[in-house]
Amino acid sequence: MKQFDYVRPATVAEAVAAAAQPGATYLAAGTNLLDLMKGNISRPDRLVDVTHLDGLDQIERLADGSLRIGALVSNADLAHDAEFAKTYPAVAEALLSGASAQLRNAATVGGNLLQRTRCAYFYDTASRCNKREAGSGCDARGGENRTHAVLGWSESCIATHPSDFCVPLLALDAIVEIEGRNGRREIALDELHRLPGHTPERETVLEPGDLILAVRLPPAARGFAAHARYLKVRERMSYAFAIVSAAAALRIEDGKVAEARLALGGVAAKPWRARAAEDVLRGVAPTADAFQEAAWRALADAKPSGDNSYKIELARRIVVRALTLAAAGTPARIPALPASPFASTSGAIHA
Amino acid sequence: MPELNLTSAPAHLRHGSSIGQPLTRRDGVLKVKGQATYAADNHPPGLLFAVIAVSNIAHGRVTSLDVAAAKRHPGVVEVMTPDHKPPLAIDPEIKTNPFVFRMEVLQSNEVRYANQPIAVVIAETLEAATEGAVLLAPRYETLPALVGLDAGKSYVPPVVGVGNPTENHLGDVTAGLASADKQIDAIYETPAQYHNAMEPHAIVAHWNGDRLEIDMPTQGLMLSLARVAELFGIAHDKIHIRSPFLGGGFGSKGLMAGPPVLGIMAAKLVGKPVKLVLRREQMYGPVGHRAPTRQRLRIGADAEGRLTALDHHARTVSSTFDDFYEPAADASHTLYAAPAIRTSHDAVRVNTGTPLFMRAPGEATGSIALESAIDEMAWACGMDPLAFRLKNYAEVEPITGKPFSSKALRACYDQGAARFGWAKRSLQPRQMRDDAGLLVGWGMGTATFPALMFQAEARAVLRRDGSGAMEIGAHDMGQGAWTALAQIAADELGLDIERVEFKAGSSDLPDAGIAGGSAHTATAGAAIHSAGAAVIAKLADLATNDERSPLFGAGNAGVIARDGRLTRRDDESRSESYGEILARAGVAEVEARGTGAPNPAAMEQYAMHAHGAVFAEVKVDPELGQIRVTRMVGAFAAGRIVNPHLVRSQLFGGMIWGLSFALHEEAITDRRSGRIMNANLGEYHIPVNADVPPLDVITVEEHDPHVNALGIKGVGEIGITGSAGAVANAVWHATGVRVRRFPIRIEDLLTQR
Ligand SMILES: Cc1cc2nc3c(=O)[nH]c(=O)nc-3n(C[C@H](O)[C@H](O)[C@H](O)COP(=O)(O)OP(=O)(O)OC[C@H]3O[C@@H](n4cnc5c(N)ncnc54)[C@H](O)[C@@H]3O)c2cc1C
Ligand code: SF4
Repeated sequence: MKQFDYVRPATVAEAVAAAAQPGATYLAAGTNLLDLMKGNISRPDRLVDVTHLDGLDQIERLADGSLRIGALVSNADLAHDAEFAKTYPAVAEALLSGASAQLRNAATVGGNLLQRTRCAYFYDTASRCNKREAGSGCDARGGENRTHAVLGWSESCIATHPSDFCVPLLALDAIVEIEGRNGRREIALDELHRLPGHTPERETVLEPGDLILAVRLPPAARGFAAHARYLKVRERMSYAFAIVSAAAALRIEDGKVAEARLALGGVAAKPWRARAAEDVLRGVAPTADAFQEAAWRALADAKPSGDNSYKIELARRIVVRALTLAAAGTPARIPALPASPFASTSGAIHA
Repeated sequence: MPELNLTSAPAHLRHGSSIGQPLTRRDGVLKVKGQATYAADNHPPGLLFAVIAVSNIAHGRVTSLDVAAAKRHPGVVEVMTPDHKPPLAIDPEIKTNPFVFRMEVLQSNEVRYANQPIAVVIAETLEAATEGAVLLAPRYETLPALVGLDAGKSYVPPVVGVGNPTENHLGDVTAGLASADKQIDAIYETPAQYHNAMEPHAIVAHWNGDRLEIDMPTQGLMLSLARVAELFGIAHDKIHIRSPFLGGGFGSKGLMAGPPVLGIMAAKLVGKPVKLVLRREQMYGPVGHRAPTRQRLRIGADAEGRLTALDHHARTVSSTFDDFYEPAADASHTLYAAPAIRTSHDAVRVNTGTPLFMRAPGEATGSIALESAIDEMAWACGMDPLAFRLKNYAEVEPITGKPFSSKALRACYDQGAARFGWAKRSLQPRQMRDDAGLLVGWGMGTATFPALMFQAEARAVLRRDGSGAMEIGAHDMGQGAWTALAQIAADELGLDIERVEFKAGSSDLPDAGIAGGSAHTATAGAAIHSAGAAVIAKLADLATNDERSPLFGAGNAGVIARDGRLTRRDDESRSESYGEILARAGVAEVEARGTGAPNPAAMEQYAMHAHGAVFAEVKVDPELGQIRVTRMVGAFAAGRIVNPHLVRSQLFGGMIWGLSFALHEEAITDRRSGRIMNANLGEYHIPVNADVPPLDVITVEEHDPHVNALGIKGVGEIGITGSAGAVANAVWHATGVRVRRFPIRIEDLLTQR
């Protein structure tokens, strides 16, 4: 491995100062970063280990009804927090559908948000990749790209963001708290990740030194607990990234959808909010036809970036299913196979 | 390495015969405690770490390496390159025997495939060597890469597999197809797969004066030793290879490959012990793989569903510099009684590491295509797939006309089908649903694998203290040789297993041949059998020729060895312990050697195969296309079962490989660069626990007096065959969609709603 400095700051301020240096990067659990370093995809000069910072591993319920999740809370601890899972079931289901139990025990909230793409050409240093090396080209175009993006991609990059966790968070309007060189700020999760455009190497709006402190779910996010699901189609039952996933959350009043939330995973360089689909569902009965219409809206702008046109049709079907499952009601317990099409216990889901 | 003490594990005391007992692995406790020393666990004093730099391109030349930069890195000791390396005694390109494969050991700057070793960095730490390899920053002259099954002009190789004819004929296939009432003509594709043993290839090499000490996982101790001897020009008795445990091999550790040779060269270059372990992605190149295939099956059947012809052609690939051809079409030789059979192969050369044997080579690839095609044919005839197979049951081996040495396949079909509940299957596809609305499908496949024998030798000892020893350079790849072979040894010596010192896994023991071809237990077992018989005969001689012995005059055939005593066959009251016999004779021990080998006369007369029937249930989401296998039943007849517990595990493993073949495994090769894009266990998918359903294995009783002295047929590979096709056929039955390219993918099933 390349030699690097390792620093363990005592305070957030020290961390930000240490990480603002060129060549520095934050280290959380390292489940993504260390793999990237071993493969020479990332070659940082300095690791700023944030895992010993105080106060970032709390799950706090705020007076206004928001929930604040510290950046160092592990994926497993969050998913297994009974109160959390009851209030935000789709988020817990998404977390539990990701990676493996061992990885979830280690992986942090902040690290999950900022995990890098799984594009094979990004990982393969012999390949050209605009994200890894700006301006070098993109070998995924015309290559093995059946799992690449169908929304929001550009000629420069067709990679997807792999996180499951981010998908329901986005649907629930999560907010990201950031500490940077100029103090504290917060942004909507939807603004955190950038679409590739001509600069796929810039994946987020974060500046050097920016530290994610927490993710906040606003009070309204609580309103969907009764009708919220995450659905993830993948190539084996577990321990695989989504080909396409969807988080669907509904607030149903008097037999009508008062409010709908829908986000997709595995389709774009960022978790993808489908607002047009949400709009058509507002005020209508939760019927199969309405969900079909929503699915068409959600994928209206989709186009294949390679051998992946099937993902568009698959995404539509996943949207319909996720909405159907959400409308049927959140199960009392998170299924043993979280987010899996094989999770369902009640009949009549499948045509 | 500390002496292995397998008896420190809790005693598995069993009385009577050891063979047939379901003993748990005798090395299990060592493994659980982390005390089983695998090759890379060895750290001789002064050890240095070697890391291979591999080629990024699949074809071309290395034009420069920044050796100076690597050497400047703190901790780096040496950099071995084509310009700076110890000489070899012979050119490794020379094939001195059919089991010698060409390897890349820095003999030139030519690049023949991606991930080919191009340099070795040796350093005081693994980290320094790893970074040194990066700093080499190789530059290349890149040539276009040959990739895929249509890469170039095809040719007919001289042989396929290990010396099998490329083509075989029986009867007139053209006429058979022409006369058929129903025909199918289908093309199936299987991808490149990599062995991916849990334990990466590793070596600790140590030159001690003119002696060479090697710790290395190998499935063939003596083959490896002979190759090392000729490459380095040293006598066999100067080399010691220890391989007590392998973390899996599956064929990739059978023959000496380039990386361990580089480890030995590196140790020679620096004059210190060197450890070289492959990284996972480096296992996708120099250590073999299962070649991709494209197989065309043309089958005809008459109005009653009787086969009229079976034509199986397989296209495969080999490397640009060596020859190994996946004998996929040969799978059609033994199973179904067609009056006309033709099997044939052709190949193209691609920029890949040379393909190699991978668990059920040819049989696995051929089986998924053949079993799919038979399923398609049954459907075309409107017949139940089991009824169709029974209608075409081969009473003699179709391609040779020889009788089978034994064949309990009918019982496998019966017992497997009964356990599975096959009779309730709908004939039409897409008819069955579960309560949640998931599509349910049932499929089956026939399993078969040849019962092979290689050559082996064993040495048996009986000692005055009443104990015995059995020495054989056998290999435990995790399959349980430490246990199963010790069970055979115990019976052959007439001792309780705890009284037998069983030695294996080291090149200073008698040659046990190769652990491959599902033949290791049979071959090593036969050697143990004859060594045991020979030493007992010697002991009996001592007793029966001595008038002071109660056995005097009984003659060799007149005594039985049991529980550490020789007993007169015709008079149970007259017996004597081994210790008493040896003490009176004034010898500390008697020893004898014995061999195991194929019996050419029996092979001439009989076709020898293990058989089985596998039944699978899958569920498929009708809209989303995700597949889950929910049940598998496999019934196998494989001769004598030495240890039912271990045999079941082997068959489980095989069935899981079959499921994996149908639904998961695929090396994704970039069609332009020839690089493998998923060379890691995160993205090269194999089943995880949640993918593996409850597996039900039935071992069907079978007595085979012809295969070998013990009647053992071997179970290491057969589990994959049949299983892959059963899963694929179940997917068709669930969905009505016939997927002919494996693994089956979600997008293949999105077409229908
Ligand atoms: C084999 C495998 C399978 C996986 N499967 C899935 C899956 O199915 N679904 C899924 O969603 N994920 C999956 N993952 C990804 C996993 O979720 C991430 O690796 C993990 O969440 C990263 O968290 P971490 O704490 O280890 O981050 P690290 O690896 O430590 O960091 C990741 C990145 O985030 C930055 N970072 C970390 N914390 C902060 C912070 N507080 N502020 C600013 N920057 C920060 C780091 O600098 C780094 O760039 C898988 C990973 C592996 C290895
Ligand atoms: S798709 Fe993006 S990440 Fe992948 S190779 Fe192209 S630029 Fe790199």
